[in-house]
Amino acid sequence: MLGFYMPDFRLILPEGILVVAALFLVMEGVFRKNVTFRSLVHHALLALIAALIVLIFMHQPGYKEVTFEGQILQNDFIYLAELLVLIGATAVMAMSLPSMIKENFVSFEYPPLILFATVGMLLMVVANDFMTLFIGLEMQGLSLYCLAALKRDQIKTSEAALKYFVLGGLATALYLYGVSLIYGFTGSTNFETISSVIRIESMEELSIGLFLGVVFIMASLSFKVSAVPFHMWTPDVYQGCPSSVTAFIAAAPKVAAMVVFLRIMAGPFLLLYGEWQSLIVLISLASMILGAFAALRQNDLKRLLAYSAIGQMGYVLMGIAAGNDEGAQAVFVYLLIYMVMIIGIFGCLMCLRGKNTEGIQNIEDLSGISTLHPKISFILAIFMFSMAGIPPFAGFFAKLYVFKAAISAGFFGLAVVGVLTSVVASYYYLKIVKVMYFDEIPAAPSFSYGQALVLSAEIKIVLNICAAIILLFFAFPNPVLQMAQQAALALPI
Amino acid sequence: MATLPLLSMTIFLPLLGVLVICLNWGNSEIVRANNARWVALWTSLVTFGLSLVLWWNFNEAVSDFQFEDKFQWIPLLNVSYHVGVDGISLPLLILSALLIPISILASWTSIQVRVPEYMIAFLVLETLLIGMFSALDFILFYVFFEGVLIPMFLIIGIWGGERRVYAAFKFFLYTLLGSILSLLAILYIYFEIGGSDIPLALTTPFDPRIQIWLWLAFFASFAVKIPMWPFHTWLPDAHVEAPTAGSVILAGVLLKMGGYGFIRFSLPMFPEASAYFTPLIFILSVIAIIYTSLVALVQKDMKKLIAYSSIAHMGFVTLGIFTVDAQGLQGAVMQMVSHGLISAALFLCVGVLYERIHSREIADYGGLVHRMPRYATIFMFFILASLGLPGTSGFVGEFLVLLGSYQVDTWTTCFAATGTVLGAAYALWLYRRAIFGPLLKPKLKSLLDLDWRENLIFAPLVISVFFFGIYPMPLLTMMEASISNVIDQYNLALEVAGDDLVDPKKSLEVALFK
Repeated sequence: MLGFYMPDFRLILPEGILVVAALFLVMEGVFRKNVTFRSLVHHALLALIAALIVLIFMHQPGYKEVTFEGQILQNDFIYLAELLVLIGATAVMAMSLPSMIKENFVSFEYPPLILFATVGMLLMVVANDFMTLFIGLEMQGLSLYCLAALKRDQIKTSEAALKYFVLGGLATALYLYGVSLIYGFTGSTNFETISSVIRIESMEELSIGLFLGVVFIMASLSFKVSAVPFHMWTPDVYQGCPSSVTAFIAAAPKVAAMVVFLRIMAGPFLLLYGEWQSLIVLISLASMILGAFAALRQNDLKRLLAYSAIGQMGYVLMGIAAGNDEGAQAVFVYLLIYMVMIIGIFGCLMCLRGKNTEGIQNIEDLSGISTLHPKISFILAIFMFSMAGIPPFAGFFAKLYVFKAAISAGFFGLAVVGVLTSVVASYYYLKIVKVMYFDEIPAAPSFSYGQALVLSAEIKIVLNICAAIILLFFAFPNPVLQMAQQAALALPI
Repeated sequence: MATLPLLSMTIFLPLLGVLVICLNWGNSEIVRANNARWVALWTSLVTFGLSLVLWWNFNEAVSDFQFEDKFQWIPLLNVSYHVGVDGISLPLLILSALLIPISILASWTSIQVRVPEYMIAFLVLETLLIGMFSALDFILFYVFFEGVLIPMFLIIGIWGGERRVYAAFKFFLYTLLGSILSLLAILYIYFEIGGSDIPLALTTPFDPRIQIWLWLAFFASFAVKIPMWPFHTWLPDAHVEAPTAGSVILAGVLLKMGGYGFIRFSLPMFPEASAYFTPLIFILSVIAIIYTSLVALVQKDMKKLIAYSSIAHMGFVTLGIFTVDAQGLQGAVMQMVSHGLISAALFLCVGVLYERIHSREIADYGGLVHRMPRYATIFMFFILASLGLPGTSGFVGEFLVLLGSYQVDTWTTCFAATGTVLGAAYALWLYRRAIFGPLLKPKLKSLLDLDWRENLIFAPLVISVFFFGIYPMPLLTMMEASISNVIDQYNLALEVAGDDLVDPKKSLEVALFK
């Protein structure tokens, strides 16, 4: 035994790779005169894939370790979450290049910012302490604000970024206030210590201040997952940002934040279950209802996807509300399938461009593209049916898991509202299918949409993988479900 | 033959056809379309042949499920791929397998755009329908049951008439709303019995207080599907806007999913709740029979008229099912099969006219008998079958249902019987207006009679309607053992329950304070 404490650096090797790569990319962007945007993106992609490979090869099932003086935890649950985050970041990175070049959006800050955001997300996931979690949250948040503001010559983008930043700042403030309350009443910021403090003291002795802290933290995390009533930033940010940035914001950060949400609720605050579950039920209900109804009237595709994301997060929260093993599994299965679908949808949208290679904006811009691009529209239609939760696509199994969790916990009312809103929501997913397949190409389009198809090898690979997962999930569901089960076992529930 | 997984082969054979069509060989659009047509036709014919092999090897004396295949599908959830048929599902399975090749043949010339996609949709639909009738696992059943919506939505929406978008959305959302509630009931049952095996659930007694809710959840999905009044409004729209073959499948098979669900799930699993709700079903059925017949009388659109008549005929089915009497239930299944044949044929008859004149308005026709004698004969045959003329299968079904319900409730039977009179009124009036009278419209003067392809479409339907009208025994013996099993189980459960019958007050308490 050595006299001093040596943290286990192996546990943060993927993060380390990404940090070094991000710094290297910044240097490269600043100092190398003739570096192309393409090569920067490729380097970032290499770093992400390297991190992914390291993560997969370092993992041993059933392994659990706490290091950095209790700041960082590693187990099956966290491994799976890290895997999802890295896959999400890699996929978006791989897809974004052609669309960014076509949109003339080639600031060299993009790849390093994505890497920094990814590091932040990984840090959020592995954090075992509210302070480390804060670092992760902020690292991810600040990178995302910058990403949102990258196209600074456009008013809409700047507005979106500013809104994101201000509301994000508010969420951070709420988080810090909540953490300080919790620290004040339990004497620690460490998840395990807090958990044991709550376990030792009986319910009557726990102060109301602690509950207040929990509520504040829940509020700030609701902001991160864009759940009602903290969803206001989502539609504007989705709409205002360039598609590649929106795709990134829509996929991995949602997963990371939701995983953290589950970890906190099922970790330090597990014993306060009776106190927080009604709140989660409320947030989940409100998100599902708002997501279903607000999107009905949307004409802008990205706004529609934003409201749909709010609704989908409501379903995931249903899994957290269940607060049992089934619920944790449901959260994982849902997040995985949701991420695959959302990456696929944005991939399709980034491919389809107008004559002057401008991006797709409104739903009508997709009119009749099934005759022009049968493959892309077929894939997009599959994603839409899957988002609506129609079997045999993967989205159905995600919903099945969530409803199963809700029923197992006895939330019949929540489940009934869930299925009813899913019927409402299926209307706008079907609307996209309708526009693509039932409508004719307008004779004199105001917008020369869908004329060009901008593809690259990377996009093709990502899209094919996503479509295959969604389409064939019903035939081979077991690997994913087993992973989810393993992950849920590592939780203290 | 015993070693071959015959049933699974029947279910998944159409998907093989889909794969072949996806290969999409051929130089031009026309060649590809023709290839797709032939592949789809042969695949569905072979599937139909396989379903006949199933019938041939079916043991009628046994009430158990036969041709069972079972293996683990999602072991973590204890969900398995489990299929099998009994005497209730086999007739409907064969019906589906018969109607698909007919509808493919019926769209041979009328569908000219996106032919490969159209054929793929029909083959996928066939897999889903056959799978639905033979699934013995709830999750598997639900996947097939709701998966049907996707191809049907596309068929109505892409190849449908003018208001196709509205009709497709209404069809999809309405039936989704119904069926998704049954998903929750399925999940509840899943936790009760610790799995999703249907045979296990069929023999598990459920708490009568919970039964009401489960029954209502299933009712929502089946009542919309079948459809019962007042949940029927999607049907006329969907029928009118769907292409002919789509209407054939919609009327012929999709409506039967509801009736099948009532017999398979509602009666055996929730006997107390079924007994409690029987009066409701009787009232709704009688309203459906009388009201929709009256509505059918005033329709100007032929397809709409037949659609409303379908609802009336399905009223007989629900009436027959909830008599829980051997004759009533056999009549209900018989009526489902015969309605599948007859309404499919009637929609095909309308389709023949639509292909020539492009109108479904009754007022646009008249005097067709002068130009199309063969067509007039066939149309008359099916009109008579639809109103239940003895000697056609329509008579057997309706008569058995009325016979069964007479033993249960005289008044209901009296009212339901007026439906047959009204049925005769609208059907014969339609026929008179369209076929008889002078041939005045100039457009109709150059009409051609049925060609060989159309004769070929109608031949199997005429033969089977006529055959089962005169000699229904093959069908009745096929379903006898399974149906008496359902009835025995139902009566036994009610006897055991005794006074512990369903009490809505208690059920409400359970729901509110659990």
